Amino acid sequence: MKGLERRRRTMAYTLLGPGILFLLIFFAIPLVNQLWVSLMEGNADDGFDPKWNWSVYPDSISKYSDQLIRSVEYAGLATIFCLIIAFPLAYFMAFKAGRFKNAMLLLVILPFFTSSLVRTVAWQTILTDDGWVVHRMQDIGMIANDGRVLATRTAVIAGITYNFLPFMVLPLYVSLEKIDRRLIEAATDLYANRVTAFRKVTLPLSLPGVFSGTLLVFIPALGDYINAQLLGSPQQYMVGNVIQSQYLIVRDYPVAAALSFVLMAAILIGIFIYARALGTKQLREAIA
Amino acid sequence: MMGGVDRARNWALGLWSGLALLYLFIPIFVIALFSFNDNKGRFNYTWEGFTLRHWKHPFSVEGLQDALTNSLLIGAATTAIAVILGVGVALALVRYKIRGRAGVDGLVLLPLATPEVVLGAALLGYFLTLGFARGFVTILIAHVMFTLGYVVLTVRARLEGLDLHIEEAAMDLGANQWTTLRRITLPLIAPGVAAAALLAFAISLDDFVVTNFTAGQTVTFPLFIYGAARQGVPPQVNVVATGLLLLVIILLFVNLAVQRRAGNRDAAATLMAR
Repeated sequence: MKGLERRRRTMAYTLLGPGILFLLIFFAIPLVNQLWVSLMEGNADDGFDPKWNWSVYPDSISKYSDQLIRSVEYAGLATIFCLIIAFPLAYFMAFKAGRFKNAMLLLVILPFFTSSLVRTVAWQTILTDDGWVVHRMQDIGMIANDGRVLATRTAVIAGITYNFLPFMVLPLYVSLEKIDRRLIEAATDLYANRVTAFRKVTLPLSLPGVFSGTLLVFIPALGDYINAQLLGSPQQYMVGNVIQSQYLIVRDYPVAAALSFVLMAAILIGIFIYARALGTKQLREAIA
Repeated sequence: MMGGVDRARNWALGLWSGLALLYLFIPIFVIALFSFNDNKGRFNYTWEGFTLRHWKHPFSVEGLQDALTNSLLIGAATTAIAVILGVGVALALVRYKIRGRAGVDGLVLLPLATPEVVLGAALLGYFLTLGFARGFVTILIAHVMFTLGYVVLTVRARLEGLDLHIEEAAMDLGANQWTTLRRITLPLIAPGVAAAALLAFAISLDDFVVTNFTAGQTVTFPLFIYGAARQGVPPQVNVVATGLLLLVIILLFVNLAVQRRAGNRDAAATLMAR
């Protein structure tokens, strides 16, 4: 019996080991290394030396506070818009779509399979200054005659909303679909009208989906820089744009590392609070 | 009266849902449409008439074919490695008692909850610190890192829905752990593994951000588009994107058919176990 125990344990760690080791070496250690890089001083040509330069944190946060605040603002607004667009859709799919349910689900997932970059470029084509959409908007006075849609805050937020919408629809759909219909019937049997039944039964039971959808949209949106870059202008740049250009163009690695470490730390603290409140199983379901 | 209000509400809900789906598909229609655009100059922003010439010569643009080849190779290699590592982790988590399970869970899930720009930046900083030259291998490492969690989650969901008794029966009949794994567990989770593989491949193929940080001089399909976006994306990119989407739709249906067949087999296996 002892031998069997040992064999089972050997098996377990043989299966687990390679994957976990990979993630330790190429995910956990690089994150810690990021802190190390952020504290260095020097330049890309002569090399960087570790100097424990903690002032990089307050310096880069105050220098790029506009972009940091803008990231939270855009990601927050996009999350709200996703929720507004996705909730009725998910509700329809879960309760009204009948035999079209799976087909609709497939339609929600399908855009995932075209390159997101190509889709953002397509929005560029659609909203281009000389395009049909902008001319019609000028005709009906939605924007000024020389007004544009590209290079505005609206375009960037709409682009982010578009990009992450399926991430909101799917968890909402899953949580709505799971609701026991008899609970809603019971509420109406007990003289709740449709609106009250929705408010007191359906809505509270859909909250796990709302939480996970919010997480799945807000976190990636916070770090997004494609939309700001392709649909916006430097006036709309977010913290992701700064990290990208500092790392790949300016090659001021410590500042880029510091900003990305700040972003990660903020998200980790958020997730930790979330996990404390909900437990890791819920968190796993929230992310999955 | 009540019925009228309800009908109006359902109608509004349906309309809203239709519009939301339309919003999701507008860019895709535009991508497909502009792959047929007979554009005269470098730009592909305005409609100038119908042509099939881009579909006849999708790789007439320099660098596109190499980029696509790189993407497909990296996607295939990523899928193979991530599936092998991920199935192991999922099996260990579901079937065995593991010490430090919470830590393992965290390590698997955190990459999924990290913005891509942070993942990319962290890896770039790491490779720079190590003095590791960036290229095909570093892209592959990055892709395995951020697809692994998706594989674990997908396979795990499948494993958790499985009947343990079949495996126990195999062990009772004298099969050892490896034989049970090979002959019983792996065939049963095959549909989950196929779904995970498809997911990993799709994510790898589509990734821009992390790839941008870890690519060095190597160009993948998304990097090619990004580079081209500054001077106008050529219509051939639309052809390739539309073609890839069609390919995925076909794969999706094949996967669906396989799952349905495997579903029947599961049912049969459960019946037999009884």
